[in-house]
Amino acid sequence: MSEKPPLAWKLQIRSPGVLPGFGPALGFTLLYLGLIVLIPLAGVFMKTAGMAWDDFLGKAFSPRALAAYRLSFGGALIAATINALAGVLVAWVLVRYRFPGKKVVEAAVDLPFALPTAVAGIALTAIYAPNGWIGSLLAPLGLKVAFTPLGVVVAMVFVGLPFVVRTVEPVLRDFETEVEEAAHSLGAGRGQIFWRVILPGILPAMLTGYALAFARALGEYGSVIFIAGNMPGVSEIAPLLIIIQLEQYDYAGATAIASVMLVAAFLLLILINSLQAWRRSRHEA
Amino acid sequence: MTSLNIFPQSPADIRPVLTDPPWARTLLTGMALAFLGLFLFLPLVAVFGEALAKGLGAYVSAIVEPDALAAVRLTLLAAAIAVPLNLVFGVAAAWAIAKFRFPGRGLLISLIELPFSVSPVISGLIYVLMFGAQGWLAPVTQSLGLQILFAVPGIVLATLFVTFPFVARELIPLMEEQGTDEEQAAMMLGASGWRILFWITLPNVRWGLLYGVLLCNARAMGEFGAVSVVSGHIRGLTNTMPLHVEILYNEYNFAAAFAVASLLAGLALVTLAAKSALEWRMGCHGASTH
Repeated sequence: MSEKPPLAWKLQIRSPGVLPGFGPALGFTLLYLGLIVLIPLAGVFMKTAGMAWDDFLGKAFSPRALAAYRLSFGGALIAATINALAGVLVAWVLVRYRFPGKKVVEAAVDLPFALPTAVAGIALTAIYAPNGWIGSLLAPLGLKVAFTPLGVVVAMVFVGLPFVVRTVEPVLRDFETEVEEAAHSLGAGRGQIFWRVILPGILPAMLTGYALAFARALGEYGSVIFIAGNMPGVSEIAPLLIIIQLEQYDYAGATAIASVMLVAAFLLLILINSLQAWRRSRHEA
Repeated sequence: MTSLNIFPQSPADIRPVLTDPPWARTLLTGMALAFLGLFLFLPLVAVFGEALAKGLGAYVSAIVEPDALAAVRLTLLAAAIAVPLNLVFGVAAAWAIAKFRFPGRGLLISLIELPFSVSPVISGLIYVLMFGAQGWLAPVTQSLGLQILFAVPGIVLATLFVTFPFVARELIPLMEEQGTDEEQAAMMLGASGWRILFWITLPNVRWGLLYGVLLCNARAMGEFGAVSVVSGHIRGLTNTMPLHVEILYNEYNFAAAFAVASLLAGLALVTLAAKSALEWRMGCHGASTH
């Protein structure tokens, strides 16, 4: 009995905080998270687990599905690379230079987050179609964008555009200019300073933005399907294939492809989280 | 330094070392603006240009047409249900995560952000697997006479899923930064939990809260993939605005499709303007990467 008071005291120390409402707030959070997100998502894997292994492999890695993964992953890789290069350029110009209309440009970078994907899809198609503003300029050169895999990349560049700009911009803004001055006083040229001093500094942010843009492009549906042409095996992305299987009531086929895409998305999420941890550790060092 | 303010304020102007040569500035700015013009400005102009291609009369009639109005109503309804629910969730989650320390906090934050990494199509698929013809909850909903899929509840559920993290992810870092001193002081003075929440915590984070609601609403009204899977595309009944755009477009009714799309583009522009104003208010820049 004499042990009781210190024990209770210990428990109080271990309680998560002094403010009221922890229990109900956490309880509601977990309940809502479970009902809206976790239980429905778990359904995909439950359905997959109910399939025979050969059946799953046949559906998840059929030639048509493999072609769709190739386009989704390949297109996302190319688009994220374009976004990484252009994103650093845009961030550099927005942080370092002054020009008229800069505030508007600064706000406009987020347009792909705000513009509904279906609207972006039909607008890009109108521009890049053979009779569109840019499509008609490219047609004489024998270059077709809309209704080809190239169109898929264009739409993916659009949806992924803000990520690298928004991750690199704050790092570039906080960049210690003294380091650049030191490099200069040691005889480095502008190009050398960029490659040897600035680029290593923004690299973690750039890679985080790259991974975010890749993940977004990989799952993108709305802006891609209008411009893609959607030819099976040629310009058919994996999310579209899921919808086609669903429309044919092939739930197992749709689920098999979805589980492959979900695993890829989770791996990317882990990668992005570790990139962000790396960034923080660099920032604090 | 301020007493000798004869230099311009930009660090690059004070330190000539950091200045790129004028030709490089012009070239890089030109390249960046060309890229943004090509990918941001041109699509936006195309939407409004195509919408008005057949004249103002055709534009107005495409918007006041009954099916279009029904789509507008359904979009507003879905957002009016999904945004407040996710707002309440966001406040509860931020209260638990930002004001208390407990094991598994980091994991919980990752789980809350999970819907952002899921393809919109899969966000719709998960509800088809639950409530569809062979779904594992289908017997329950059928015996209750509830129609979830290809009806408004399915659209609301899909919208809830894709907009799930927006408010929470804005509030958690903000409330963490503000600590618990003011709340503890209020508690000492005898304020109840609800009173602390409504009189201290929420007023302190009001701009961040508004920011999260703004982004949540934009996504709720613009969502296409997830809603497309669960809606069934019944004209006048289960079509949201983005789905109505798709149907009109696939019928080669381009002017009407772009007319409805221009309403959504207008919403995006208002969202961006309000977002910039809020960022200026909060004194931070580009906090969001989604």
